[in-house]
Amino acid sequence: MAGPRSGMAAAALPGRALRAGSLLLAGSVLLPLLVIFSGWAAPAGEVWSHLAGTVLGRLLANTLLLMLGVAAGTALLGVGLAWLVSAYDFPGRRVFNWALMLPFALPTYVMAFVFLGLLDFQGPAQELARRWLDLPPSFGVEVRGPAGVLAVMTLVLYPYVYLLARVAFLGQGQTAFEAARTLGMSAAGAFFRAALPLARPAVAAGVSLAVMEALADFGAVAVFNFDTFTTAIYKAWFGMFDLHAASQLASLLLLFALALLTLERYSRARARYAESGRPARRRRLRGIHAAAAAGGCALVLLLAFLLPLAQLLVWAWDSRADLDARYLDLLGNTLGLGAAAALATVLGAVLLAAAVRHRPGRLSRAAARVGTLGYAIPGSVLAVAVMLSLGWLDRQLAAGWLWWSGEALRWGLVGSAFSLVLAYFARFLALAYGPVDAAFEQLRPGAREAAQALGLSGAALFRRIYLPLLRPGLLTAALLVLVDVMKEMPATLLLRPLGWDTLAVRVYGLTAEGLWERAALPAVALVAAGLLPVALLNARRPERRGRRHGAA
Amino acid sequence: MHRQILAVFIGLSAIFPAAAPAGGHGDGPVTLTIYSARKAHLIEPILEAYTRATGVQFHLLTGKPGPLLERLAAGNGGSAVDLLLTVDAGNLWHAAERGLLAPLESEVLTRAVPAALRDPGNRWFGLSKRARTIAYNPARTGPGELSTYEDLADPKWRGRLCLRTAKKVYNQSLVAALIAHHGEAATERIVAGWVANLAADPFSNDTKTLQAVAAGRCDAAIANTYYYGRLMRKEPGLDLALFWPNQDAQGVHVNVSGAGVTARARHPDAARRFLEWLAQPAAQDLFASLNLEYPVREDLPPAPAVAAWGEFRGDAVNLSEAGRLQAAAVRLMDRAGYR
Repeated sequence: MAGPRSGMAAAALPGRALRAGSLLLAGSVLLPLLVIFSGWAAPAGEVWSHLAGTVLGRLLANTLLLMLGVAAGTALLGVGLAWLVSAYDFPGRRVFNWALMLPFALPTYVMAFVFLGLLDFQGPAQELARRWLDLPPSFGVEVRGPAGVLAVMTLVLYPYVYLLARVAFLGQGQTAFEAARTLGMSAAGAFFRAALPLARPAVAAGVSLAVMEALADFGAVAVFNFDTFTTAIYKAWFGMFDLHAASQLASLLLLFALALLTLERYSRARARYAESGRPARRRRLRGIHAAAAAGGCALVLLLAFLLPLAQLLVWAWDSRADLDARYLDLLGNTLGLGAAAALATVLGAVLLAAAVRHRPGRLSRAAARVGTLGYAIPGSVLAVAVMLSLGWLDRQLAAGWLWWSGEALRWGLVGSAFSLVLAYFARFLALAYGPVDAAFEQLRPGAREAAQALGLSGAALFRRIYLPLLRPGLLTAALLVLVDVMKEMPATLLLRPLGWDTLAVRVYGLTAEGLWERAALPAVALVAAGLLPVALLNARRPERRGRRHGAA
Repeated sequence: MHRQILAVFIGLSAIFPAAAPAGGHGDGPVTLTIYSARKAHLIEPILEAYTRATGVQFHLLTGKPGPLLERLAAGNGGSAVDLLLTVDAGNLWHAAERGLLAPLESEVLTRAVPAALRDPGNRWFGLSKRARTIAYNPARTGPGELSTYEDLADPKWRGRLCLRTAKKVYNQSLVAALIAHHGEAATERIVAGWVANLAADPFSNDTKTLQAVAAGRCDAAIANTYYYGRLMRKEPGLDLALFWPNQDAQGVHVNVSGAGVTARARHPDAARRFLEWLAQPAAQDLFASLNLEYPVREDLPPAPAVAAWGEFRGDAVNLSEAGRLQAAAVRLMDRAGYR
């Protein structure tokens, strides 16, 4: 794989170049963020007083509810399931171990419209219930409220927590847990006092990813007509055509993200990794406990993946006539953009993480922090910011070139694949940075010293010592970004070059017209394309780590 | 190592912008670049028909109206955009207001498109027409009880009305038109009355709204005609019918999907010819019937399926009012608690 290897080469550069590179990368994220903050150059206008006087209170309350609900929901589901499959053995565990990651392949907006299609007042579920129970046609349950949004978000976003928590649980082995048990703690006590605190950095990282994703979401909340802070941004922009007010609001969202990240860093700083040399030995569950564990996993898998997929397949079958050769192009574009973005973000994350360690200092840390801010900005706001900053760059470059060579040259950055990859980069760097940083974190300082004592240095040091140790983390980062970019809709919609339609763009075109059923076909293709990377994400890493620890 | 570096460079060159799409001056067939907020599946068949007839090729980029406008304003890098095609007069008005569209001297277009459905400055032209009208459940109410948009605010409709979200531009244009007729204060009372009468939280789209009426969750709703047509084509047995309101007053609120030639078009003449072609009867039929809409020309009958909904008198206020008053409408709906 080219990504990790050239990443290593980059990390082998002398510290000064490393830091310069990381600052440059942070700059490319910072530029669009600055564009957003530059909205404050214009006075906070009358749009603000209007919003504050009418809807802002409700939007903030909704946003807070969404953040807390998604944090609690994903933590509960993600940690619970991860603990089940890594600490216990029960029928089906080996399948659930990877299958519980599958919901990650479902875009949130697709999950939202499938959920409503199935469960809404006029959907088949309530229709059946009314018929069986002989209820009047006007009787029904409203599922579009906050509970529905939280359910959908939790089911789609828990895999972030599950993935990271499972790795952490497997990494710590059973030592801490067993020690606590020998000291007379109950199983629950040992989990909460020993296993969970050790996994806290991973859980915090996963939960903050999930919450940032929820903060930036516009698709799913729009399907539910659940107004959040992003709604205010869109309202200021498209309803009142005030781009300044929109970017002022967006910059507040950035502050939310900053607070979250600080919280996450804080929780990480206080915990130290304690790696165990022994692989996890799982406790075998029997009888009712085994049934409950298997049943719980099966229920989550059913609700979060199998049921939505089945509904999508039924709808897709009805519109199978739409399937034509264009889908190959759509698939190719989707995968191509995803791969380019994954490569770029992983390289960037390696550079940032390496700079923090090999050239420590305030600048490197600031670069890493700035680089990971973009994740909480709604895709289309970020995309517009990227577009405006590149438009500006376009003009400066053209002017500079004209002055230097006397020729007029169009640089054409806006609307190029480069602009789109830059937007993905700014948005998803945080996603790649998490696993890459964690991988660096687990490198023992001794490894480097030992290698240097053996005469290895520079590129050889990284290729022979660091690369094998980092590879799982890099792969995880690349696959996470790949899948998320494939699902990404608003930035793709806005910045894609002419003729580069993707599956997500196709889904948009149909859902925007209310054609949910016809949108199922590209949605199924999107999920199918995401399954392979998600499957790769799963099985290999923790199991291999377990073995390696065992062999060590 | 060197090979790897080379590979990275090749990869980068694929990511970096290639040359702008070719579209030579005079030599060979022209290629028109279109930004469209009208969805791909509703516009592609028309472009194909034009290519067959004239040899003119197209680059089509679809997207959401607002962001698409920003991209048009940002200049799309190296390649010029010739045409903007979008839904809702408010969006067209806004594009014209930002100077993105060029005035067009075309007698063909000014003759074909009614004055109310095009820009007074000739920067955009409606190409197909849709009515935002009242849909009702015949088992629960009927023409005897229905009369106007304004009447839906009457307390007799308490708990019987369904609406789509106020965030949709179609509702913003409808309210803007009401402001044009009644002024802000009266319109705010009407909208507040609607909100008080809601049977359920506003829906995210017209189809869901109509389904709620058919399912008996509410008795009446406001929706675009083609959503009704589409839904009935799929499920002909639904308890759902259309009513034309305000026939003794200003008429039914109509809106358009339309287009204009951009201010920085590379092929302004070819773009104008394409628009003029779209105003011809055959293209009008295709353009409108693909989405169960009405032709914008008054001398052309709608498709039989559409004609079956009956005739109505449409609002004659110029649609650019919908754009001009849109921000006021959004504020008003916020104040009235319409989500």
